[in-house]
Amino acid sequence: MKRRNVLVGALAAFVSACNEVSETSVFRNIVDGAQSWHRGLHRALGFGRITMAPEFSPSEISPFFRGNGSLDVNTEAYRKAEAEGFANWRLSVTGLVDNELSLSLADIRALPQRTQITRHDCVEGWSAIGQWTGPQLSHVLEAAGVQDSARFAVFRCADTLGGSAYYESVDLDDAYHPQTIIAHALNGQPLPVLNGAPLRMRIERQLGYKHAKYLTGIELVDSLTPIAGGKGGYWEDRAGYQWYAGI
Amino acid sequence: MTRIARTRLGKTKLPKRHALSTRIWHWVNAISVVILFMSGLTISNAHRRLYWGDWGFETAQAWFVAPSFPGWATIPTRYSLAIARDYHIVFALVFGFSLLAFMLAALINGHMRRDLFARAREWSPANVWLDIKAHLRFNFEPVEGKYNILQKISYSGVVFVLLPLMVFTGMAMSPGQEAAWPWLSEIFGGRQSARSIHFICAFALVAFLIVHVLLVLVSGPIRQLRDMITGGRAK
Repeated sequence: MKRRNVLVGALAAFVSACNEVSETSVFRNIVDGAQSWHRGLHRALGFGRITMAPEFSPSEISPFFRGNGSLDVNTEAYRKAEAEGFANWRLSVTGLVDNELSLSLADIRALPQRTQITRHDCVEGWSAIGQWTGPQLSHVLEAAGVQDSARFAVFRCADTLGGSAYYESVDLDDAYHPQTIIAHALNGQPLPVLNGAPLRMRIERQLGYKHAKYLTGIELVDSLTPIAGGKGGYWEDRAGYQWYAGI
Repeated sequence: MTRIARTRLGKTKLPKRHALSTRIWHWVNAISVVILFMSGLTISNAHRRLYWGDWGFETAQAWFVAPSFPGWATIPTRYSLAIARDYHIVFALVFGFSLLAFMLAALINGHMRRDLFARAREWSPANVWLDIKAHLRFNFEPVEGKYNILQKISYSGVVFVLLPLMVFTGMAMSPGQEAAWPWLSEIFGGRQSARSIHFICAFALVAFLIVHVLLVLVSGPIRQLRDMITGGRAK
């Protein structure tokens, strides 16, 4: 066999080994370990500070904010809600809380607001800068009284992709983070349908797929395993995306 | 300057051509770079446009559109951004920490100062020209020391510029890392600039790898490979 054929053969064997290795439980454990290392480094390199995503000036806002994933919710209920200007939209807060809540858009706008100009980074590689307004999730969680056993906040959404309901989750570190807001406005206007009207999460230290759109509920849980595919989010279940999307 | 150690039996132990730390790092790094590059091609396929500045998502904003890399060049072979990112996330740590360990070892054992850094006189145009002419005659033997000036420029460029740039531009792209060190992405001119530099440096590394392998092949590949495994004997 010629040297070139040996090289091609070696490359093919190496690539097919990589393809197979990625399915094994040992590799899954290594990936989970690596994710924890990245997350640990991201926190440790903040040297004790609450690390904050960079915020930008109004002149840096992208002229148009790209939408991705679900760009609309094709249900009659959503069409009706949109026609009503989302006046009857409710956001529920349930699970491991002392007081379950059901908030209207007016309730959400009446809470103390935070406006932040941040960059949205998609897992695919693109970025867009927008100005988001809404209450900090921490205010809502304090009103609901999160129980000690809660470990994760799960975000329930109105949209479905490929027949499954979209959902996402974060740990309480990101849930209580000052930049984690329930956004109802983009660039000073009510949130467009494309970007998740009427409510979407902003989880600024993580990639775009964590920022659940068309938000209907927040559920406090102690484990993600019983929910849907058990990996803590739609893309995590469906395609194996990393649950910690700060990388 | 060679160090000759004596074993307890009093026998002279000849110094190695490559230190153990250099050999371990060389192969760990080689595997990491290949896996990171091939999984990186899958990540590039997910969004092939490159931008300058902080943001960008449209063709009009792009300075470059990368080709769609074929399955035989990517990890995994079929398109899966999630699995490519798994490989990238694991081997980024192996790559970064092994580079740090090698740098510390090379600083402590003198490899950096002795072999990689060029002396002032080696930078003279006459010496560089002499070395270029020697390379063109396929003579790669340094006049003095371990490496000639072109080797010193290439190895130092890779170890101290390209590889650290890969690490730091990679860190600048992680939103969780950026929250800890926001100044890092500012140094590169924004996240999308960091992404562009990451892409350019990746291909510069592959260019180095190709030349490196070709030069090994024309300069006694069996001896070169053996020495990078067993350590060989210093002259």
